[in-house]
Amino acid sequence: MMKVSYFPGCTLKTKAKQLDIYARACAEVLGVTLEELPDWQCCGGVFNTSKDEIATKLSAVRALSAAGKAGQPLVSICSACHNVLKQTNAAMQNDSEFASHVNHYITQTGQGQMAPYHGETTVLHYLELLRDVIGFDKVKSCVKYPLTGKKIGAYYGCLLLRPSSVMAMDDPENPQILEEFIRAIGAEPVIYAMRNECCGGYMTLEEKSLAQKKSTAVLDNASSAGADLLVTACPLCKYNLDKNGQNPLPVVYFTELLAEALGIKEA
Amino acid sequence: MEQNKMASLNTQILRMSGVNPRKCMRCGKCSGTCPAYDEMEYHPHQFVHMVETGDIASLLQSESIYKCLSCFACVERCPRGVEPAKLIEAIRSLKTRPVGQNHITPDEIPALLDEDLPQQAIVSALRKYMK
Ligand code: SF4
Ligand code: SF4
Repeated sequence: MMKVSYFPGCTLKTKAKQLDIYARACAEVLGVTLEELPDWQCCGGVFNTSKDEIATKLSAVRALSAAGKAGQPLVSICSACHNVLKQTNAAMQNDSEFASHVNHYITQTGQGQMAPYHGETTVLHYLELLRDVIGFDKVKSCVKYPLTGKKIGAYYGCLLLRPSSVMAMDDPENPQILEEFIRAIGAEPVIYAMRNECCGGYMTLEEKSLAQKKSTAVLDNASSAGADLLVTACPLCKYNLDKNGQNPLPVVYFTELLAEALGIKEA
Repeated sequence: MEQNKMASLNTQILRMSGVNPRKCMRCGKCSGTCPAYDEMEYHPHQFVHMVETGDIASLLQSESIYKCLSCFACVERCPRGVEPAKLIEAIRSLKTRPVGQNHITPDEIPALLDEDLPQQAIVSALRKYMK
């Protein structure tokens, strides 16, 4: 059994438990144990691109460094956590001034000395774990209940793909990874133009009308392209599409469908 | 005096963001792709131009700095690699860092909650709007 370090993040422990529970169970079936990092702290949800912003990035660096110490890649599932971890890791690799400020904090902690960190850890999204480590062919061969005939739209949103120079998961304008996933579980992917446009994000707090407009546009576009269902990896996308979108198209986490296909969850 | 202060703020914004606004060719693609366009008084390409010409005061006063969703569409799609969102972030950080300048505070959050709202929305908004 292969082991990877796992950063669940605040929302997967609360409002998005389906994302967490099924991801762990499915990984076990596919031969990988998600080993939750001890003492992880919330990533903060968004990466502040200002180079002199240090304190808000320390929780991500601690998680990255802990996985590195365990000699394991760091896997996360929430699009926002993954984005923050990956962007922070890139800053630790490429911005030596930033890295040296950060290392002043993390090398002296309450728990004693920690080695300086320079972005050595491999950061993987769960979808990359499926594609690049486990392989979609293996996923396919483990499917017991293929979702045959289901027309599923992949909703990438912003954070999984952008900025692509750092995220490097897929082509940011013509991504394939979720479509490959949908095929692996036996369903049919539906391509629609707005699959990588923003749902309105955290603006739902300040300006609900904006989130309503953005989410509705995504849902309308997907349903007119023929999707019966959308999949996402992001709890905030799911919330905006479900609660702010004025279109009844259902939205589920991709891990729920994986669990159905593997026979872990009842359809 | 005021002019000196603005010039030094401008230098700070360039340093914090790592952006070189002089690379911009004013094609407007960043603004064309911005999901918050309708909500903004100044749009991403204007941010770039205003930083280039040193018109920071208007940007610091504008609500537009709170409208950016950090979707990175303008960063991804700018044909010149200017990365306008990083300028907006630097200006917003400059604005919210001094004492008493938070755009949102934890006291305001409970009234905005509903039972399905993910924690992610709250932490993201606090990170963007508060120091
Ligand atoms: S997309 Fe880039 S080059 Fe075009 S106006 Fe915006 S910043 Fe300037
Ligand atoms: S990152 Fe901000 S400014 Fe850029 S396109 Fe997205 S919302 Fe607009």
